[in-house]
Amino acid sequence: MSETNVAASGASVEPSQPRPTAEPAARRGPGADAAPLIHARKLTKRFGEFTAVDGVDFDVQPGEAFGFLGPNGAGKTSTMRMIGCTSPISDGELSVLDMNPRRDGPRIRARLGVVPQHDTLDNELTVRENLLIYGRYFGLPREECAKRADELLDFVQLSDRGKDLVEPLSGGMKRRLTIARSLINEPDLMLLDEPTTGLDPQARHLLWDRLYRLKQRGVTLVLTTHYMDEAEQLCDRLVVMDKAKIVAEGSPRQLIERYSTKEVAEFRFAPGIQETLDGQFDGLAERIERLPDRVLLYADDGEDVVASARSRGLHPETVLVRRSTLEDVFLRLTGRSLIE
Amino acid sequence: MSAIAGARDRRTTAPLPPLGSSWSTVRRVVEHRALQYRRTFRASIFGSFGIPVLFLTAMGFGLGGYVDRSQDAVLHGLTYLQFLAPGLLAATVMQTGSFEASFPILGGLQWNKVFHAMFATPIQPSDIVYGNVIWIALRLALVGAVFAFVIVLFGASRSALVVLAVPCAVLTGLAFATPMMAFTATQRTPDRFATLFRFGVTPLFLFSGTFFPIESLPSFLQPVAWLSPLWHGVDLCRQLMLGTVGDTPLLAVIHALLLITITVIGVAVAMRTVEARLVKG
Repeated sequence: MSETNVAASGASVEPSQPRPTAEPAARRGPGADAAPLIHARKLTKRFGEFTAVDGVDFDVQPGEAFGFLGPNGAGKTSTMRMIGCTSPISDGELSVLDMNPRRDGPRIRARLGVVPQHDTLDNELTVRENLLIYGRYFGLPREECAKRADELLDFVQLSDRGKDLVEPLSGGMKRRLTIARSLINEPDLMLLDEPTTGLDPQARHLLWDRLYRLKQRGVTLVLTTHYMDEAEQLCDRLVVMDKAKIVAEGSPRQLIERYSTKEVAEFRFAPGIQETLDGQFDGLAERIERLPDRVLLYADDGEDVVASARSRGLHPETVLVRRSTLEDVFLRLTGRSLIE
Repeated sequence: MSAIAGARDRRTTAPLPPLGSSWSTVRRVVEHRALQYRRTFRASIFGSFGIPVLFLTAMGFGLGGYVDRSQDAVLHGLTYLQFLAPGLLAATVMQTGSFEASFPILGGLQWNKVFHAMFATPIQPSDIVYGNVIWIALRLALVGAVFAFVIVLFGASRSALVVLAVPCAVLTGLAFATPMMAFTATQRTPDRFATLFRFGVTPLFLFSGTFFPIESLPSFLQPVAWLSPLWHGVDLCRQLMLGTVGDTPLLAVIHALLLITITVIGVAVAMRTVEARLVKG
């Protein structure tokens, strides 16, 4: 998967080999101080006057599932394209798999598995042919492509569709095929740009299950999403992006602890009522967010808030007490919802 | 499921890709086009035979019957079929080349975006250009060879140099295909293709000495034929098939050099436009 593992297995062959102290972390084997697979500092992307990515810093460690969470237009896809070496960086530093995208594009791409936001499958070919030819792009021998294609079709549960053309497949099946395709070169790093956008809930869950299995096998995943449930399900660590910048970083749990309370009480009132309730929520919760259609009251004990509100004579039509999510984190950080 | 287990038990390591274009990467692009072509191969071969048979029968025999009766001195004692055949060869290959560099290329860049998929692998934009140019050349060679074969069957060739007329027709096709590819890479819809075919390809098809000698045009229009790349291709193929290339060898060389120059410029511009399309900002 990573330089680290390759280096580690190399080290076991020659255990007595003395190692110079100034050696990069990657050579010391896996661990907390392993070299990151992606290292970005002040990474910037400009298109003319427009700044799509504005000086972001992040590192992705081997074996982790790392997410970029943010609304459309936050700069996630531009960041992914720079990592994928299909878009040159405008400023800052970026190294991917210890190489420089500006110089080593083809060599980096040889070790990536890319799942683009929009399907780029070849409709003129069959499902299996799509995998075979993709393996050939990486210079793999035909027999090897065939072997891997069959294994991967099995993994994404498309074995019975191998001989079919791509076009009649459902959106979820096409995504699964795209994921299978991205795995044909046994990538060190997978880049998934909004892997489940536009899919129905069932197809999303099936896809998450496959991605979760990949993660368990130690494949490093980098994904973008504007679904907070996707980020919570899949990401070990994530950055929240908004307006070309990173506004927060941490594990889903850390982010929720840092930027939200344990629970949230959601009050919905009959139309027209909420506007008349100015000041009535003051002091009920740690933080109060008034959205057009509901009021969110943040507190560690949601039921407590509900009881106090009732005793103040507030009678919402519906009450929902739930745990805080990344959606709440995003709302806190940007004052907006993720999906508008 | 070792295919997804990463490097720990990686079996065959893919070769380290070159940083520039090389045959090893270019040929993967050709292979992709060949894989696509397998599906339409039969229909395509049938068409490759059908077009020359139909044209040579209708125009060579049908129209030729009238022309030959007029004993026109312009044809220098040739039958109309003999005059027409090399022109049709070059013109048909030219049309195929223009077509192959329009819709299929736009498809790869815009519709199913397979060129974008390639660019996510070690394949570079330059590989995609070279690979497609090579593929188009192969396609044109097939179309041209079948056409020449039909011409020989019709008894319309007077020289064994007809064999050389095929690569010259391919060159003519490439002189159209490569600038077309450069143009296609700047387009997001096929809207302008129709205009280009209607006002570019078709007039050239008609007025480049394909159906009648340019000497038949009004004298002030004759130099204009020199501006038509197709005329150079037509005249070159005609010289070879009629066995008259020895009479004006310098002209034949000029024809070939001109077509090569246009092709090289076409490839160079296509490199830029295709790369500009695939690389984001």
